Amino acid sequence: MVASANSTQSISITLRVWRQAGPKAPGKFVDYQSANLNPNMSFLEMLDVVNDELTLKGEEPIAFAHDCREGICGTCSCTINGKPHGPGKGVATCQVYMRAFRDGDVITVEPFRAEAFPIIKDLVVDRSAFDRIQQAGGFITARAGSAPEANALPVPKPDADLAMDAATCIGCGACVAACKNASAMLFVAAKVGHLGLLPQGQAERDKRVLAMVSTMDAEGFGNCTNQYECSAACPKLISHDFIARMNRDYLGATVRAAFKPESMASGGGA
Amino acid sequence: MNLVGSLFGSSIGRKILMAVTGVILIGFVVGHLVGNLQVFQHPDKLNGYAQFLHNLGPLLWVARIGLIVAVLVHIWAATALTLENNRARGSAYGVKHTIRATLASRAMRWTGLVVLVFLLYHLAHFTFGGVQAATFKASLAPHTMTADYSVAGFPVIKAGATVPDVHAMVVLGFQNTAVALFYIIAVGLLSLHLLHGIESLFQSLGLRSEKWSVLLRRAAAVFCLLYFLGNLAIPGAVLAGKLPPPAKAASAQR
Repeated sequence: MVASANSTQSISITLRVWRQAGPKAPGKFVDYQSANLNPNMSFLEMLDVVNDELTLKGEEPIAFAHDCREGICGTCSCTINGKPHGPGKGVATCQVYMRAFRDGDVITVEPFRAEAFPIIKDLVVDRSAFDRIQQAGGFITARAGSAPEANALPVPKPDADLAMDAATCIGCGACVAACKNASAMLFVAAKVGHLGLLPQGQAERDKRVLAMVSTMDAEGFGNCTNQYECSAACPKLISHDFIARMNRDYLGATVRAAFKPESMASGGGA
Repeated sequence: MNLVGSLFGSSIGRKILMAVTGVILIGFVVGHLVGNLQVFQHPDKLNGYAQFLHNLGPLLWVARIGLIVAVLVHIWAATALTLENNRARGSAYGVKHTIRATLASRAMRWTGLVVLVFLLYHLAHFTFGGVQAATFKASLAPHTMTADYSVAGFPVIKAGATVPDVHAMVVLGFQNTAVALFYIIAVGLLSLHLLHGIESLFQSLGLRSEKWSVLLRRAAAVFCLLYFLGNLAIPGAVLAGKLPPPAKAASAQR
């Protein structure tokens, strides 16, 4: 959301925010008026301003997740006017500026909605389902220690670039929030694709895709209907090509798991 | 999980089942359309073709059972996936927003349902004779072949053979404007279903990529348009009076 022109004309908005006291509490939309907003403040700064006003009035401030505020940590997670991370392309909520809205706008802010992302409070959701998917296989079992010599394992540049496209995933969950079916396929596909494209990831490639998909299913995410809302909402614009790659990997891994011979040795060995 | 368990039990496995059964069904509807377009030729063609299919005997049943299984798996997977999808969203968004999901993709379950209703009607209409029984092939005078009907150069139905008059059944069946319009609407919705389905099956099988996605989308659109026009032609021609019922055709020839 790079500014086309740095406007200084202050704006007033109506903020319609989802307020929910706790995981089990019923939630509802509450309207707040906010006047005299600098259009060059970020969306999260606007929430800070609104929260300052609420605190002064003795009301409970709006809980929202945020950390780095520069689009690299994946913590901020609002659905703004129905679109995860709000207007704009390839940006997280923290990179949305108030100049993206017009004076007098009603801005609806909701949490990411998915059964697998239970609401903790207001706009904050629990995305630890992603952590559990990662723990199922989103890593390389490697000898820890000092960094290996950089040229010991050659990686072709096109592969490295494509792997990096997937590795830009910040695990924010916007793909789940944007998907009509609350599917986590883009997230899982990015993790599977990232490691599957690199030589270091080959040894555990089949095991990884089977375990991560199985955990994804168990966490209660939906299924892909190939509508590509996920990649459109992704702050890193990760392509849904990775979902096709994961589907192919999963099919191959399933077939290999069914027919690949296994060692008869029962444990031990060097 | 074993192979069958993975295909039927996992999210991606079910998508693959949707795609594979989709390919089978697309293959069928295309073959079905190409066969049916023989209605525009001499009645010997469609009637000979229908008799040839019937004479396949056990092979016909292999194909029928295969198609029934494909339809059942397709519907089962769609239902299971949709139920999971609805559960996965939990509470609905206050503001519903679509970034780029196409109309065809969002209407899949509705177009699919209409096609299912159409399929049942179509079977009752032309296969079992449950509806419009008066013009069902069994109630019509049989057709006497005036020439051989050949498949791949082999004359499979000989001239002089008497066969059920499928050609007349089709033309008479579409004399009913409501039925003809229902067919046109249903194949239109099926074409819309295929518009998303074709693109989608390549993605589910892991064959689509950004490099040729535009070509794929356009090819799917052209395919669906041709499929719709081909299907529109048959009831459309009857409605427009270009395919007269047999009695009129006979008198016109004299």
